[in-house]
Amino acid sequence: MKLIKEKTTIDFLGAKRRKIALVISALLVIASLVSLATRGLEFGIDFTGGILLEVGYPQAANLEEIRSNLSAAGFSDAQVQRFGRDTDVLVRLPPQPGTDAGEVRTELQQVLQANGESIDLRRVEFVSAQVGSELAERGALAMVIALLMIFVYVMIRFQWKFSAGAVAALAHDAIVTVGFFSFFGLPFDLTVVAAVLAVIGYSLNDTVVAFDRIRENFFALRGVSAEDAMNISINEMLARTLITGLTTLLVLVALLTLGGESIAPFSIALIVGIIVGTYSSIYTASATALALDVNAQDLIEPIKDPTLIDDLP
Amino acid sequence: MNKYPAWLNILVLVIVLAGCLLALPNIYGSVEAVQIADNDGGEYEQAKLNEFVRVVEGAGITPEASYLQDGRVVIRFNSTEDQEAAGERLRGQYSRQANVATTLTPKLPEWVRNLGLSPMSLGLDLRGGVYVLLEVDMDTAIDSRMALYQQDFDDRLRDARIRHRVDLSDQLITIRLTGAEDMLKAREIIERADPDVLVLDGEDGKTLTVRMTETQIKDRQDFAIEQNLTTLRNRVNQLGVAEPLVQRQGVDRIVVQLPGVQDPNQLNKILTATATLEFRLVDQSGDEPGSRRYPGRGAEAPQVLKRQVIASGDQIIDAKAGFSEGQPAVFITLDSAGGERMLQTTMENLNKPMSSVFIETRRETVMRNGVEEQRTIKIEEVINTATIRGVFKNSFQITGLTPIEARDLALLLRAGALAAPVYKIDERTIGPSLGQDNIDRGFNAIKIGFLAVILFMVIYYKAFGLIANVALFSNLVFIVAMLSFLQASLTLPGIAGIVLTVGMAVDANVLIFERIREEITAGASPQNAIHSGYEKALSSITDANITTLIAAVVLFGVGTGPIKGFAITLMLGIITSMFTAIIGTRAVVNLAFGGRKLVSVPV
Repeated sequence: MKLIKEKTTIDFLGAKRRKIALVISALLVIASLVSLATRGLEFGIDFTGGILLEVGYPQAANLEEIRSNLSAAGFSDAQVQRFGRDTDVLVRLPPQPGTDAGEVRTELQQVLQANGESIDLRRVEFVSAQVGSELAERGALAMVIALLMIFVYVMIRFQWKFSAGAVAALAHDAIVTVGFFSFFGLPFDLTVVAAVLAVIGYSLNDTVVAFDRIRENFFALRGVSAEDAMNISINEMLARTLITGLTTLLVLVALLTLGGESIAPFSIALIVGIIVGTYSSIYTASATALALDVNAQDLIEPIKDPTLIDDLP
Repeated sequence: MNKYPAWLNILVLVIVLAGCLLALPNIYGSVEAVQIADNDGGEYEQAKLNEFVRVVEGAGITPEASYLQDGRVVIRFNSTEDQEAAGERLRGQYSRQANVATTLTPKLPEWVRNLGLSPMSLGLDLRGGVYVLLEVDMDTAIDSRMALYQQDFDDRLRDARIRHRVDLSDQLITIRLTGAEDMLKAREIIERADPDVLVLDGEDGKTLTVRMTETQIKDRQDFAIEQNLTTLRNRVNQLGVAEPLVQRQGVDRIVVQLPGVQDPNQLNKILTATATLEFRLVDQSGDEPGSRRYPGRGAEAPQVLKRQVIASGDQIIDAKAGFSEGQPAVFITLDSAGGERMLQTTMENLNKPMSSVFIETRRETVMRNGVEEQRTIKIEEVINTATIRGVFKNSFQITGLTPIEARDLALLLRAGALAAPVYKIDERTIGPSLGQDNIDRGFNAIKIGFLAVILFMVIYYKAFGLIANVALFSNLVFIVAMLSFLQASLTLPGIAGIVLTVGMAVDANVLIFERIREEITAGASPQNAIHSGYEKALSSITDANITTLIAAVVLFGVGTGPIKGFAITLMLGIITSMFTAIIGTRAVVNLAFGGRKLVSVPV
């Protein structure tokens, strides 16, 4: 079976297409940045600190009642929402100053089972604001270190123009994925940071595979322009790019639908990231390298020992 | 063409078998058990195992199995009732020396156990439990050390008959002398007391300032955290939790993990309380310099106490709760230095009153000008004042507590004092129902995702897809094997990592298969197509996987908690998928198609 016909000759990198792709990418990145600047992110308790309770009720929970009970007990700033099932409720509170974690827990438990139901405290988290800001810093640090190391690796294996292309594509993917979370107000927690880094890894995988073929074709196809050589390479790798993306999306959809609510933001980040990443490894990465005027000469290692020249054909 | 040498085939086979063996312990379920660990961290021997088993059998309970594991005794039972009864019995008899915990343990057959194999360990989000992150108050650790210096210098200068005043503020001791003539002598005395401290002359020529050096401060901090770790371990052991974890994190943090515990409140008291005792003489004149008034606890009368501490909590080596003349009491044993001082004090102060001061440190969060602030509250209360009737040294008793307070105080004192107070900055409790849900959902996602990929591969790549699926399955087995071998905790994000690996692992095979198809289209013979397909895809596979590995390693290095769990499975997945795709499937392809005439390649 074949997903796409034997030999595709899609002009991915033609001047007109490149312009369209550039506009799309630019729009996506700008929209993401604007959303991040204006709407910000729905940071999870990991980053903001505070109290979180996941409560299981014996029957469908009445959110309105829970809210009014909480606010009557002095927890007026509580966020109450359903979590996956009808019977599961997530209660979130900002850090409670002047109180002891144990006391708050007991008090909340009493308020939540005001009607005498026996509730199941499935998860209780108290995070101080201090830990939260540290975790946020470390997440950002991880992102920067990963991008730097990848830049260096691709530079060693290929050349700096490819590095620039790869990192441009990765930054594009990371920004758009995070922007997606900002735009739709999805909860952004530690697992999403992990997912964004996994997206970087995945998208890079795609990009490097394409670069590898481009390098091969730069040498194999003599007298062909860099643009054409890149176009041919991307076409040759198209089946692989789509199939790997498809199998990965298959398992991620399984994870999203079956993995439960707490892992859902992680799955969404990866699904968005992989779609964007597949697009960017086709358009952004190669287009950037091309814009930097990459050519076969860039990949030829300088000959260190001049006597070896005699052996060349 | 396309034949592996025999040794390579055998190597692949050996690795696959080893993977299966390491993953094997995960297929057995778990069973009720009691785990007994020595409180002092010693390792139990066979004789001790037999003794415990006799105690259990003496209660009319027949264990299902019993054995030693990492110096601990594990006794398995057929029912929860048996387990609980046996746990009760053992706890009653050994509560002083051993940590007896009821738990679930993997139901491994003897031969698997004897090979030293164990299943994956599950993270708290999968098995339920309490996670607490504590911060050690380093300032207090330094302050308390400086206070000791202050008292020491004061004593020595007085002994040398040098008139002086010693003040302590901001971790800086200022010694004011009456004249410049004593400066040299005072300096000498201080440097003799501790040659490492930094002593500086004041500008007026008659003051000295003393502070700790950076190295001393760092040593003191390390000491404080190490001692707190030991103390917390001891205290946690008294809780009867199986496999508790108490571990240093970073400069001033301690992680405590208690699998299976549901109520963090039972912990709070023993984790963060820094209850300790001090013994001081009552200042009967009430106007000695440095004397201070201490409130009494409950009905106990307040007292003005002298500044000098006779003995403090860190000199207590044993404390037992009991009754003395019908009153709840704590029987205390001091170390030799404390005993010596106590002996001297009681000799010199016969028939004078001495007080026991109970000191508790707590941290409160308060709002000041709209900003959240942490405030440390130190409660110092006289719990007992008694007239010194006779000379005593190491052992004595104190009264004036309720029976429960006596028990708690004895426990805290026995487990050792904390060198510095600790404060909880992160607490997470995961209920058992959520843990089980997470396991079920996670494995469901793996199952369905795996099936979907397998189906797709067979439809798309036919026979070669089948081979890729064998590789994919062994990949899963290898990840489980490695996780079991490394005993790295499997968490929900870890499961997500496995799911992601399943999706990405086929990539290497896809690269190879697509290349083979290309070679065939380009007119290569079937055997040649297979050969160069593998050959030419290699560099792409390596580059692509190494870059992903870089991202995973960074995640592992920088990340915490859930991120680390994800990074581990991702790293393992990348490594095992490279092996299965490049060498594993090649071996199968070679065996199936290599060295014979092929009309076409079923790819």
